[in-house]
Amino acid sequence: MKHSEIIAQLPYKAPFLFVDSLEQVHKDGVVGTYQFKEDSYFYEGHFKNNPITPGVLLTECMAQIGVVSLGLFLIQKEAKGNIDITLKPRIAMSNTTIDFYASVSPGESVTVKSEKIYYRFGKLRCKVSMMSSQQELIAKGTIDGMIVKQIIQ
Amino acid sequence: MTNKEIFEQLLPIVKTYLPDDVDATQINLDSDLTKELNINSAHLVDVVLDVEDAFDVEFTNEDMEQLRTINDTIAIIQKKQNT
Repeated sequence: MKHSEIIAQLPYKAPFLFVDSLEQVHKDGVVGTYQFKEDSYFYEGHFKNNPITPGVLLTECMAQIGVVSLGLFLIQKEAKGNIDITLKPRIAMSNTTIDFYASVSPGESVTVKSEKIYYRFGKLRCKVSMMSSQQELIAKGTIDGMIVKQIIQ
Repeated sequence: MTNKEIFEQLLPIVKTYLPDDVDATQINLDSDLTKELNINSAHLVDVVLDVEDAFDVEFTNEDMEQLRTINDTIAIIQKKQNT
């Protein structure tokens, strides 16, 4: 599956899509990038006169690239040869443990790297890190997602 | 292993994933892991992965689908250890 197809299958759109590109996608992990747009609405309020990207959105970006994009790839891989594509997968975040090391200013680009720890019984646990364009560590931790298959009506 | 021995080893694993609003004294053989003990589907996977390590067995997707209660878990472990 092409990287652009994975992004197209993500269940998000602006202003809540936090994936620009996927650089590597394979069974054991994924690397992707996102640039936090300078004119994003949340900078008006986070914080007053001091725009910094909210940690929850850094976590969201790490989850969209590191768990959901990888999860979609793994589901497709599993389904290979299986003609039944009426199952539309949903991925629900079930746990996050993230430590933050540096803040992200408006307009900054980040790279998210995710390594699969395990994928069993529909649960995908990943070790995920976020780096700045200067290779500075912004955040790292583990994120779990549960894959819920839904039948398209 | 006897069912009792398995239960004793299984109990601390289940307790680890029990939400705060469920008391550990409520755990009995017929307890439904998700419906009664309120363990969510993500933690149910954790229980199974810990069981696999503790009892040196491997669960299949079919085992996972059949697993509802503490008794089911013991039966699956028992079956795996005897084959």
